[in-house]
Amino acid sequence: MQQQKAISKYEDKNSSISNNNSKILIVKKLKKVFGKRTAVNSISFSISKGQCLAILGPNGAGKTTTIHMLVGVVEKTAGTIEIFNRFVPDDLREIKKKVGVVPQIDNLDPDLTVIENLVIYASYFNIRKKIALERADELLHFFALYKRRKEVISNLSGGQRRRIILARALINKPELLILDEPTVGLDPQARLLIWERIERLKARGTTMLLTSHYMEEVSRLSDNLIILNRGKIIVEGNAHELIEKIIGPEVFELELSPNIKIEDLLEKFSQCDIAVDKSPQRLYIYPKDKERAKLVEKIIKEFPKWIRRPSNLEDVFLRLTGRKLRDI
Amino acid sequence: MILGPIRVWQRNLKVWTKHYQASLIGNLGQPILFLIAMGVGLKKEVPEINGLTYLQFIAPGLVASAIMYGAALETTYNSYTRLTIQRSYEAVLMTPISAKELALGEILWGATKGLLAGVIMLAALPLFGVIPSIWTIALIPILFFEGIFFAALGLIMTAIASNYDFFNYFTSLVITPLFLFSGIFFPIDEMSKFIRPILYSLPLTHVVLAARQLCYGRITPMIFIYASVTITLAIFTSILASNMLKKRLIK
Repeated sequence: MQQQKAISKYEDKNSSISNNNSKILIVKKLKKVFGKRTAVNSISFSISKGQCLAILGPNGAGKTTTIHMLVGVVEKTAGTIEIFNRFVPDDLREIKKKVGVVPQIDNLDPDLTVIENLVIYASYFNIRKKIALERADELLHFFALYKRRKEVISNLSGGQRRRIILARALINKPELLILDEPTVGLDPQARLLIWERIERLKARGTTMLLTSHYMEEVSRLSDNLIILNRGKIIVEGNAHELIEKIIGPEVFELELSPNIKIEDLLEKFSQCDIAVDKSPQRLYIYPKDKERAKLVEKIIKEFPKWIRRPSNLEDVFLRLTGRKLRDI
Repeated sequence: MILGPIRVWQRNLKVWTKHYQASLIGNLGQPILFLIAMGVGLKKEVPEINGLTYLQFIAPGLVASAIMYGAALETTYNSYTRLTIQRSYEAVLMTPISAKELALGEILWGATKGLLAGVIMLAALPLFGVIPSIWTIALIPILFFEGIFFAALGLIMTAIASNYDFFNYFTSLVITPLFLFSGIFFPIDEMSKFIRPILYSLPLTHVVLAARQLCYGRITPMIFIYASVTITLAIFTSILASNMLKKRLIK
C-alpha cells in the first residue's frame, strides 16, 4: 500500500514537472480570413489533460470557425494548432483518430437506426464491428438510450438525437472531446440530462473543449473559459474569478422610465467609481464591494422598479460583449 | 488510404438496402421501357442493321445508358442530399477520413449503382430474345469504368451546385443528349462525315460501340480504343471531381 502511494506521489510530481507535455491542445496566433472578413483574429489558448475549456461568445464571434480549424474542415490562414504533440493539418488523420466531435448541427443518418449510426461511424475509424457493437451498447446505456437502439433516427426527439450524437462522438474513445454548443435548442430536461452525462465524462478525466452561449452550461462544465468577440479573445480565466474581477458580487438592475434623469444618475455613479451599463430599458449597476452596494441601494431606493441580485457569468459576458443585439 | 472510400461505400450500401426496390425501379424503368417501346414497337418498320434486328441493335447501348443514368443520378441528386440536407459529409469529415477519400467513396458507390442496373439489364435481355455472347463478361469492367466516369461527372456537378434545379442543366444539356446521340438508336457510320467526328467524340459512344461488339462477339481492334478512352476519362474525371468536392467542403 505504502509503496503504491509513493509511486503515485512520484507520478504526481512527475506530471507537474512535465507541464508542457500534459497540454493536449496548444493553439497559437490562430487566424482565419474569409475574403474580407476576419472571422478569427490571432487567438491563442491551450488545454491541459483532463481540463475543460469553454469558448464563449455571441453568434458569429468565431467559435465554430475555431473548432472547424482544429479538425481541418476550415483551413487556417495563419498560426499553429498542436494537438497530442502533433500538428494540424499535417498529422490530421492521426490526430482525428483520438478526437471526438459533437457538431452544432444534427447530421445523423436519418434512414438508419441508432445502432447502425454508431457502428457506421465507428467504421470510419476502422474499429472492428464486434468492438463497435460492444462500445455502442455501452454508450447507449450510458446515455439512457439502450431501449431505443433499434429505432430509426427520424422517429426520435431532438434531445434523444443529441444524446446519440454525443454517443457517436465517444465511439472511438477520444482523448479530446470537442463539443460545439452541445445543448442548443433543447428543453431544460434534455439539457440537464446531457450536462449530467458530460459531468460524468469529465469526472473520468476526459479533456474537453466546449463552445456555448449558455452561461449556466459554461459555469457548470468548464474549468477555464475564454470569451471571444468579433474573432478576438477579450478575456480569459476561471468563471468565478472573472465574475469577481469584472462584475463584483452583486448587480442592481433599474428599470428606466421617461421621468428618470439618467444623466444625473450616471454622474452620481461615476463619482463613486461604480461601473454602469445602459440598455434602452434598463440600467445595470455593478458595485465592486459592500460599501458601494450600500451606496447604490441608497441612490436607487427612490425609484419604483429595481432589483438586487447576485452576479453571474452572463453579466461578465454581456458587460464585455455589449447588451445590444448586433448585426454581424 | 484505400479503406476510407470503402467505408463511405459501405455506408451508402447500408442506406440503400433500406429502400433498394424503389431505387432499382428508378434505375431500370427507363432503359427497359425504351427497349420495349422502340425495339418491339419499331420492329417491323426498321430494317435490320448490320444483320441485327432493331431490338438487338439498341439493346447493348441501352445497357450502357442504364449505367450512365444510375451513376450520374446517384452522385447528383443523392450526393447533393447527403451534402446539404443530411449533412452527412460533415459527419464523415470529423473522422480520419479525408475529403478526397469521401469523394472517391461516393464515385465508387455511384459506379456500383450504375453497374448494378447495367448487369440486371444484361441479365434481362434474354427475355426480349437477345442472347449475349460469352464476350459480354469482358464488357463488365468497361461498364464499371463508364460508371466511374459518370459518377465522377455527377459529383463535379454536386460540387458546384447551389440547389437541386441546377441538375436540370446537367440532365437536359449533358445526359439526355448523350442518351440520344451516342449511337444507341442509329448507326453512327451512316451519318454525314461532318457529324460523325462529333458523335465519335462523345464519351458514351465508346461504351455503346464496345457493348455492341462484345454483346454479339463481333470484336474488332477498335475495342482497345473504346476501353482505353473510357478508362482514361474515368480516372481523369475522378481526380477532378475529388479536388472539386474537397474545395467545396474545406473552406
